[in-house]
Amino acid sequence: MQKKIIKSSIILLIIFIIGVFFVGLNKSSIYDTKNLVGKKISKIQLEHFAENRIITENDLKKNDFTLINFWASWCGPCREEHPILIKLNDEKNLKLLGVNFKDKKSNALAFLKDLGDPYDDLARDELGKHSINFGIYGIPESILINKNLVIIKKFIGPISKNDYDDIKNIVR
Amino acid sequence: MLSNIGNTLLFLNILLGISIIYFSFQNLKNNKVIISKNIYHICLFQSTFIIICFFTLVTAFIVSDFSIITVYQNSHSLKPFLYKVTGTWGNHEGSLLLWVIILTIFSFLFLLYNKHHAKNYRIYSLIVQNVLILGFLFFLLFNSNPFSIILPIPKEGLGLNPILQDPALAIHPPLLYIGFVGSSIYFSAAIASLLTNYSGKLFAKSIKTWVLVSWTFQTLGILAGSIWAYYELGWGGFWFWDPVENASLLPWFAMSALLHSLIVLEKRNLLYFWVIILCLLTFILSVTGTFLVRSGILNSVHTFANDPSRGIYILIFLSLMIFVSVLLFFNKFKNSSYNLSSNSKETFILINNWFMIFYLITVLIGTVYPIFTEVLTDHKVSVGPPFYNTVIIPIIVLFLLFMSVGPQTGWIKNKSYNLNLLFRILIGSIFINFCIVYLFKGYSLLSNFIIISAIFLVISSLIDLYKSYKNLKIDSPRVVSHLAFGFLILFIGINYNFSLEKDFNLKLGEKKNFENYSVEFQDLKLQDFKNYKAVIGEFKINNFKENSNHSLYPEIRIYENPSTITYEASIRSGILKDYYITMSNIDRSDYYNIKFQKKPFMMWIWISVIFISLGGFLRLYKNAKKNY
Repeated sequence: MQKKIIKSSIILLIIFIIGVFFVGLNKSSIYDTKNLVGKKISKIQLEHFAENRIITENDLKKNDFTLINFWASWCGPCREEHPILIKLNDEKNLKLLGVNFKDKKSNALAFLKDLGDPYDDLARDELGKHSINFGIYGIPESILINKNLVIIKKFIGPISKNDYDDIKNIVR
Repeated sequence: MLSNIGNTLLFLNILLGISIIYFSFQNLKNNKVIISKNIYHICLFQSTFIIICFFTLVTAFIVSDFSIITVYQNSHSLKPFLYKVTGTWGNHEGSLLLWVIILTIFSFLFLLYNKHHAKNYRIYSLIVQNVLILGFLFFLLFNSNPFSIILPIPKEGLGLNPILQDPALAIHPPLLYIGFVGSSIYFSAAIASLLTNYSGKLFAKSIKTWVLVSWTFQTLGILAGSIWAYYELGWGGFWFWDPVENASLLPWFAMSALLHSLIVLEKRNLLYFWVIILCLLTFILSVTGTFLVRSGILNSVHTFANDPSRGIYILIFLSLMIFVSVLLFFNKFKNSSYNLSSNSKETFILINNWFMIFYLITVLIGTVYPIFTEVLTDHKVSVGPPFYNTVIIPIIVLFLLFMSVGPQTGWIKNKSYNLNLLFRILIGSIFINFCIVYLFKGYSLLSNFIIISAIFLVISSLIDLYKSYKNLKIDSPRVVSHLAFGFLILFIGINYNFSLEKDFNLKLGEKKNFENYSVEFQDLKLQDFKNYKAVIGEFKINNFKENSNHSLYPEIRIYENPSTITYEASIRSGILKDYYITMSNIDRSDYYNIKFQKKPFMMWIWISVIFISLGGFLRLYKNAKKNY
């Protein structure tokens, strides 16, 4: 009898553990930063790409909505999402802040010259250190924030057509 | 071409695996005492083919055959020859092929070297092992095929991640695999033992060598990984409690427990079911580790690309293994009372096992806890060094004390303790500890305890060595491993307490003074290399106390494709201490952030681990000499 109880509890425990592993497999990995959604960004300090000034949270508070887009000229998927960013530039309530990530200045400029410049403001993060504060672990990534600097949505990977529609619905 | 050869060989191996299982069952039916020659031949073919298959992949890497995806993704025609070869197992598919090779070769060798054991037991071991081989072959062929081709054929490969191009990392996977994949053979043997009731001393004898081999190589594999982390990751540490490191440590704990309880089974015919549990557990933990690392369920320094389908396959395989083991075990389990004297070698070995299981459970919980919180509460947590250090380190004191006393006791019932001697050793250890504190530097109470107990183990092992040398009844392997373990903890303790770490900013030409040291920023050069540019600093380190100078050259490397910046530490290893410098530039200034570290006895930490495994090799050598 005792043996049976031990046996069944061990089997149940194993089933439970395997079940958790199974569910865990279909969840995104631990470093995913989607849980940042709903949190407020407290401090922003980004070097402006061209001008000699620092972009801070006060600059972003002026906009109704800001889409912070992390990109680089060496990043293939960034090219893919670029036309959508240009379309988003037409939205009145939305400002685009580009953060040029671990990039060469000349390459970045050539990239924007070729494909167009969708950004209202452009910052650079040459070492990629500041982007870490935004929970960025690969590019392209984009964060949509509102006036109060609360993160409304996070886009990991290139912005798709669906994401475009989502953003449009949110900012209108 | 190479791809076709590889695929054909993999397919042939599946057929051979199936035929081995078929002929084995046929062989069980006849009444002959020996295993038919056929089976030996097929096993030989199986091993040969899988080795040829592996060399086909190595060849593809050497000749840079980019029509094969694995080669394209992990190699580059300009890579040094050594890293072309080691690139073979530096990726998911190739390393899985290495898995299968070790499963296969161990299967053949186990069959070959256990001729004195019962036929049915050997045949069942072979069958179970071949089921494992088939499982992994199917996974290899249909999910993670190292010979998949890519069209059109790319002109150039993507290259191997620069931080993987390191000699320690080149040997790390094969060593580790002999360790934990090798444990598959005593998993199979344990199942066979349960099925055929081939138990007790004979069973212990048949798996002893294999447990030793896997434990010894696992130890070395973990060491190689640690050395790599120390030199390549640039934090100055050698153990980070990263999930991948933990995955290699879990089977090691189980193996160490098994290694010890196996002695009890062999000498006293006790603990049979406990040994079986450990045999099953070791390989189950190995596969669990593989699952955790390969499925992408946990993130860590090993950047195998995430692919849930891999995870699902391994998980299903793992579940089958676990359920078969558990059900079979409960089916065969018989309660037996052991009646151990509390003062006997058996008891002390059991105590060792409790400690090992305690460490195992702690590390296991720490490793999988983030998965549980995420799945059950949607919270992401990460379990870091503070957890492991708080739970594990205080217990080490007790562990070391038991480890010092245990080997002195006799079997069945210990007659006399030399309490007087133990007491004197303890006083001696406390004295040495206070000498260190008095002459150099004080440290925390816990550190005092750890260093005292480590010295206690070292001295008792040394006395042991001396005594056994005089009696000429030398049990040197055990003494070497235990002594080295004592030294390991001692050196880690000293390293931890006497490390010096300074973080400061310097401009070219400036000098920073602290304690007995000065660090001078002497030169800065920009140099072009084949696939990266490097900013190389030259730093002169002056030790006033010893009146010595050393120059160190940390680098900031800028790789082009893909664009990455790496900070290369410059390390000067010495007999007594290592100096370690990393530098990183600071935005919009000509200052550089410098991290200087002095790490005493690093080399001795590595040497201690080598000696721990040397104990394993010595035991293997002695056993071989005794048997032939």
